[in-house]
Amino acid sequence: MTTLTKTEDTPPPTGPEGFLSVRDLSVRFATEDGVVKAVDGLSFDVERGRTLGIVGESGSGKSVTNLTILGLHNPHSTTIDGEIVFDGKELITATERELEQLRGNRIAMIFQDPLTAMSPYYTVGRQIAEPFRKHTGASKQEAWNRAVEMLGKVGIPNPAQRAKDYPHQFSGGMRQRAMIAMALVCDPDLLIADEPTTALDVTVQAQILDLLKDLQQEFGSAIVFITHDLGVIADVADDIMVMYAGSAVERGSTDQVLRAPRHPYTWGLLNSMPRLDSDLSAALAPIPGTPPSLLNPPSGCRFHPRCTFQDRVGGNRCVTERPLLGADRSSACHLTTEQKRSIFIEEIRPRLG
Amino acid sequence: MKEDLVLPAPRESAAGGPGEPLLVAEGLTKHFPVKGGFPIRRTVGHVQAVDGIDLTVHSGESFGLVGESGCGKSTTGRLITRLLEPTGGKILYKGQDITHAKRKGLAPIRSEIQMIFQDPYSSLNPRQTVGKIISGPMEINGIDPAGGREKRVRELLEIVGLNPEHYNRFPHEFSGGQRQRIGVARALALEPKLIVADEPVSALDVSIQAQVVNLLQKVQKELGIAFLFIAHDLAVVRHFSQRVAVMYLGKVIEVGDRDSIYTRPRHPYTHALLSAVPEVTLTDEEGGTRERIRLAGDVPSPINPPSGCRFRTRCWKAQDKCASEVPPLVRIDGNRDGHLTACHFPEEPTIEARGQDVVLDPALAALEKPDKD
Repeated sequence: MTTLTKTEDTPPPTGPEGFLSVRDLSVRFATEDGVVKAVDGLSFDVERGRTLGIVGESGSGKSVTNLTILGLHNPHSTTIDGEIVFDGKELITATERELEQLRGNRIAMIFQDPLTAMSPYYTVGRQIAEPFRKHTGASKQEAWNRAVEMLGKVGIPNPAQRAKDYPHQFSGGMRQRAMIAMALVCDPDLLIADEPTTALDVTVQAQILDLLKDLQQEFGSAIVFITHDLGVIADVADDIMVMYAGSAVERGSTDQVLRAPRHPYTWGLLNSMPRLDSDLSAALAPIPGTPPSLLNPPSGCRFHPRCTFQDRVGGNRCVTERPLLGADRSSACHLTTEQKRSIFIEEIRPRLG
Repeated sequence: MKEDLVLPAPRESAAGGPGEPLLVAEGLTKHFPVKGGFPIRRTVGHVQAVDGIDLTVHSGESFGLVGESGCGKSTTGRLITRLLEPTGGKILYKGQDITHAKRKGLAPIRSEIQMIFQDPYSSLNPRQTVGKIISGPMEINGIDPAGGREKRVRELLEIVGLNPEHYNRFPHEFSGGQRQRIGVARALALEPKLIVADEPVSALDVSIQAQVVNLLQKVQKELGIAFLFIAHDLAVVRHFSQRVAVMYLGKVIEVGDRDSIYTRPRHPYTHALLSAVPEVTLTDEEGGTRERIRLAGDVPSPINPPSGCRFRTRCWKAQDKCASEVPPLVRIDGNRDGHLTACHFPEEPTIEARGQDVVLDPALAALEKPDKD
């Protein structure tokens, strides 16, 4: 990593700004084949009551980032650097005990596959009641009542009866609802949703996404929403961060990123995704090549081996120098802002139909 | 990886173009027995995976089959390739009845109907080289192309955008997208007339999906192969298919050309499905927003499906008639030619937003109510 330079145009990580702020996070796993740099120099903020959408392909480090927030990595094989500050509290150096008090209480997580994330051995009601009992010290009966109330809130019909069922007796959509009930049972301040609808059918997905949005309005929690689907992100997120090969390449509000994207990778994603209203005469424009291996990521800009615009930068800056992502609205690319704007309007936008 | 595909000239047989029906399914049915009880395991019910569907795939046409999980679309694909034995109904391939054809009778047809599977990790034998995998079908069918099998395999690798020098590599050396290309090359090895592609891109990353969709589209158009494209992603199916059938719980509920299904749907389920697709809107000027329909709950169990119209339990227009009478798949008033809908009370042929959203989900309705006051 000879070419890594520090961010200059962003405010240095002096202190926590957001409700959750992640500063210069890097996560490395030691594997048999070498060290995998799963996340490399990632910074972002999430405010209360807002939803940050993280988009990226598999292996871009989006899930790893969020497991790090909850301290769920095996400390023996993982090296974590940087800062994660949640409501003024540093999480990376926090002890297991301190984290336990946060998990399920102030920070909750919704996993992708509710069948593997729930225990087959306990009833749904008991699993929802458990974190509530642990964190509030409520009695068994109070916790059970709370579980039933939550199941009703997320739209499980006949909740008092269904709380006594086991996860396998629920359908996929209902299980995901139960997961949401479990995550919200302690009124968390931060909700991390890791591909919560990927395993679901589209009509059920629409219900769950709307439910999450409506519940957020009621509870006012911050949500970090991870997905690979730009359509889903457009639907739920206020802000978007696009990740590629372990780092963020573009960030901004949902409107900014989707309507005036500035990074070639984001252009590629938009171009390669068929939409219900896209032009059918034109072929899709896929991103050439495949995502890089994180064992040995490309030098300079991680996207340069697949980027079709690197000749416009001049020299071989893309190969030697790592572009950096500023705060707020920015993209990690060596093209000038003017170039990005004109390339998008003249070359990318027309192809989107 | 090569992006420019080198394709041979279309074969003569494709010159006829889409027209004559290549494959016809009539009342195709597949019920899987459910065993239960102790000590003697009896059949206690049937999963009605596919229950009397009619489909016609014309030669050289790309036909899309969409639906949610468990609606029977994959079973349909497997019935048509005769990987499963139908419980009832008929499959005609080029006018020949192959519904219950035996191994011998199927042999010549097997080479003309090929399949591409969903998971490129489990559909390639890890112990065989790419060359062996792709030449396998030729070996089994005793086909010796001019110049030898190896030359043909190298040609095929080039067609699907892989380096011909990868002949001696093993599947694990390739990425997901490249493996799916190997699957496509294997399906093309016997110059089939019909390819059944069962969710060929859903296991791939977004940026790779487009590469494979483009490849399939090129193969379909330039080699004139008919495709039965099975997928749950409505946007991908729209991009790929000229005609589309929508399935729900083992039945085809609507079928028509692409335009009819995507802009003039009549069946309430098709409306609900289209409105549920999360979409990136790129501009705000586009006139009219899409309708919003949120169904309640999940798809009912196919072991004991609702009587009459199978969608009635989740439909906002359901009446007594829907429970007693199965709606026939017919052309209803206002439909274009070839656009068939199975519904007693069809919707207007538009996808524009309606006066009031249809929100059937009780939790959503409860949460959204205060906003409206």
